Amino acid sequence: MATTLTINGERKSFDAPPEMPLLWVLRDILGMTGTKFGCGIAQCGACTVHIDGKAVRSCVLPVSAVRDRQVTTIEAVGNSPAGAKVQKAWLDLEVVQCGYCQSGQIMAAAALLAATPNPDDSDIDAAMAGNICRCGTYVRIRDAIKHAASGRQS
Amino acid sequence: MLTVEKNSDGVSRRALLTGGLATGFLLAFHLPLRAASYAANEPVQPPDVTAGKFAPNAFIRIDETGNTTLIMPQVEMGQGTYTSISMILAEELDADWTRVAVLHAPPNDKLYGNPTFGLQVTGNSNSIRAWWKPLRTAGATARAMLVQAAAGEWQVDPASCTTSKGEVTHAASGRKLGYGALALSAQGQTPPKEVPLKDAKDFVYIGQPLKRLDTPDKVNGKAVYGIDALLPDMKVATVAACPVFGGRVAKVDDTAAQKMPGVRKIVVLDDMVAVIGDHMWAAKKGLAALKIEWDEGPNAKVGSKEIWQHLRAASEKDGAVAKSVGDIAKGLATGDKFEASFEMPFLAHASMEPINATVHVRPDACEIWTGTQIMTRVQSEAAKAAGLPVEKVIVNNHLLGGGFGRKLEPDMVVAAVKIAKQVDYPVKVVWTREEDIQHDVYRPIYRDTVAATLVDGKVAAWKYKVAGSAVLARWLPPAFQKGIDIDAVDAAVDAPYDIPNFHVEYVRAEPPAVPTGFWRGVGPNNNVFAVECAMDELARKAGKDPVEFRRAMLASRPRALAVLNSAAEKANWGQPLPPRIGRGICLQPSFETFIATVVEAEVDDMGEVAVRRVVSVVDTGIAVNPDTVKAQIEGGLIFGLTAALYGEITIDKGRVQQSNFHDYRMLRIDQTPKIEVHVVKSGEPPGGIGEAGVNAGPPALRNAIYAATGVALRRMPIDRSLLAVGKKA
Repeated sequence: MATTLTINGERKSFDAPPEMPLLWVLRDILGMTGTKFGCGIAQCGACTVHIDGKAVRSCVLPVSAVRDRQVTTIEAVGNSPAGAKVQKAWLDLEVVQCGYCQSGQIMAAAALLAATPNPDDSDIDAAMAGNICRCGTYVRIRDAIKHAASGRQS
Repeated sequence: MLTVEKNSDGVSRRALLTGGLATGFLLAFHLPLRAASYAANEPVQPPDVTAGKFAPNAFIRIDETGNTTLIMPQVEMGQGTYTSISMILAEELDADWTRVAVLHAPPNDKLYGNPTFGLQVTGNSNSIRAWWKPLRTAGATARAMLVQAAAGEWQVDPASCTTSKGEVTHAASGRKLGYGALALSAQGQTPPKEVPLKDAKDFVYIGQPLKRLDTPDKVNGKAVYGIDALLPDMKVATVAACPVFGGRVAKVDDTAAQKMPGVRKIVVLDDMVAVIGDHMWAAKKGLAALKIEWDEGPNAKVGSKEIWQHLRAASEKDGAVAKSVGDIAKGLATGDKFEASFEMPFLAHASMEPINATVHVRPDACEIWTGTQIMTRVQSEAAKAAGLPVEKVIVNNHLLGGGFGRKLEPDMVVAAVKIAKQVDYPVKVVWTREEDIQHDVYRPIYRDTVAATLVDGKVAAWKYKVAGSAVLARWLPPAFQKGIDIDAVDAAVDAPYDIPNFHVEYVRAEPPAVPTGFWRGVGPNNNVFAVECAMDELARKAGKDPVEFRRAMLASRPRALAVLNSAAEKANWGQPLPPRIGRGICLQPSFETFIATVVEAEVDDMGEVAVRRVVSVVDTGIAVNPDTVKAQIEGGLIFGLTAALYGEITIDKGRVQQSNFHDYRMLRIDQTPKIEVHVVKSGEPPGGIGEAGVNAGPPALRNAIYAATGVALRRMPIDRSLLAVGKKA
């Protein structure tokens, strides 16, 4: 079925079954591999994208449910002020290890900062507890979100 | 940092690092397209071109513009080794760090075999330990050849030249030449037989917290992992393996699946069924539509209860003696007696990137795109599966989305080759999380028993027996000698305490049905746990503070004593805490790194455990990149605490009962304590760091719970029901 979505500001048309999760459209049809597959059941957050600026797990989001809303992925999150700040903070504090979960972590953190510019620890817990990092970079993720919020970036 | 200009091969330097070309922005579709229609993102890394370059050895390539490409004999799975290895090479080469890019090495044991194993393997926290000398020598030799080239051109004594940041300087005449300008003449120089290595005080890169080379592309979606391979005409497959270990496919009814849109082919192997589709969704739907009957085989009745009975019985037998000092029988005959046993569960790896491999079998060759810790073994096993000579198998390695030992196995590649043999197009085979969890090679169960005596408040005799799987006997048979698995007893034979009668045995006990493998932290995980838990119980029996008790037995291990004292001080050891909050200590000598860790934990009345604070003091010798050392300990602690709090794979009817992150839980950010890692300045050779933090988490937490509640847990993971108010272990 022909579907058209707005992804990272571009109109993209493709053939996909309506119930196909957005994750697989991005990765396997559009070749946008920055968004990752981790669990397939919205338990790990590796597949997090933004739908109209809100963090959403793309592995359980049927492509037909997106409709005319804006999809933003890791490839373009740096175009938003919050996304750019988060990416910079991730570099400044050297958050990343294997990096596989970090697309999802960054998308979740960018959505948090866009909605809550100065999050406290409980805001960070609430926004980020759905994102698993098997390398255990959580201490730096928390510090980097605070660093991004503080505006004290190098 | 990496520069992004094109190098002489016309390949962007960012592509060199990631081994692939970015795709996301190349897409601009305005027409409805059928199936997979992305721009071809063939994540083939550029070939290792040596023509027209200074290529003094297998690791260093300098082109005429001075761009320096370093070829990585070890793989990057998050541990930072691409950066640390580059720092070691760049240090002795005096390279310009801003011109450095890295390449994944191709499979070649002769050129890239890990010096410890003689095999191209990344594991056992030994990338830096094994390559420290060889790579420094490689860098220094290349530097000497560049100096010879410059000195020859200037007709001066090479000893009068100096090097820095990719340039040779002759100070007396004020002349300078960049490494790029010298590349071709250096290539013609005879390498010196012996080269001096730098004194540690002259290091400019080693010891600095340099930014990792792989981070920039990991924050913008451009980093390419094995699972991101995209090839022209590629299809995607997913698999269902027999849920019972050792079972096989009996019968498959694919009538419904064949009619599913996007399903291309159903492949039936001996022990698994794969559905190939236009994309993962079609493959998953197709797989769900199959009716598969399994021949469950001999393990269909095996459960955790029988597996544990088997291990407990085995652990009662005498083992092979791994180490014996003094007279253990005499030692155990006098003093205050202590006996205990400690049990560790099966664990899955659960790296965030599920296992996967992309394979294209052509009539005369087989090409593989994956992320593996064992390049050459993947190549040789794939060759067998493809029925091709080894040299006809091309392996393109990638960044690994976590390895943790799972990618020390070639099974996913072998299965993908068997599937890809059935079709003429490339197939990316992706395991679902459920299949990944249920078809792992598991961290073995262990049962470690301790018999000890106390005399004058010190351990006078220590008889320690490890019972568990011999992973090495399967994985590297020549290393299994005289009944001893040196991994299984690692950190037991070299427990850091001065004990006059010290005896360690090993009983090989392979669990029925369940395949076992290396898991981050390897052998020391079970031994650091059992030794450190026993030491806390012995301290209590002796009426001593746990730190005080250990301190009295460390006279001959000054590095261990120093980290112990430092961690106790930094963690406010001994200062009073409210009820049901306790501090626990763990001291370990694993991977030639000494670490002392203090965990502070709180246990509520229901027995739920919260980790409040962790302090680790780390003496890993020379810390090549101290920020990476910190990061590895932080992450390793989380990995270990996750296992202690949640980790257990159980078996029922020959099947793994866990399937995804809802029932095989991970620690999350809201449960993460404050973690403080202090790296000791040291001039000793570098130790291993990627796994040591994992060892520390469970025993330090268990000992904190012991201090908080008085309950001596002897089994992992933590059983909350034993910790509720009024319960006794």
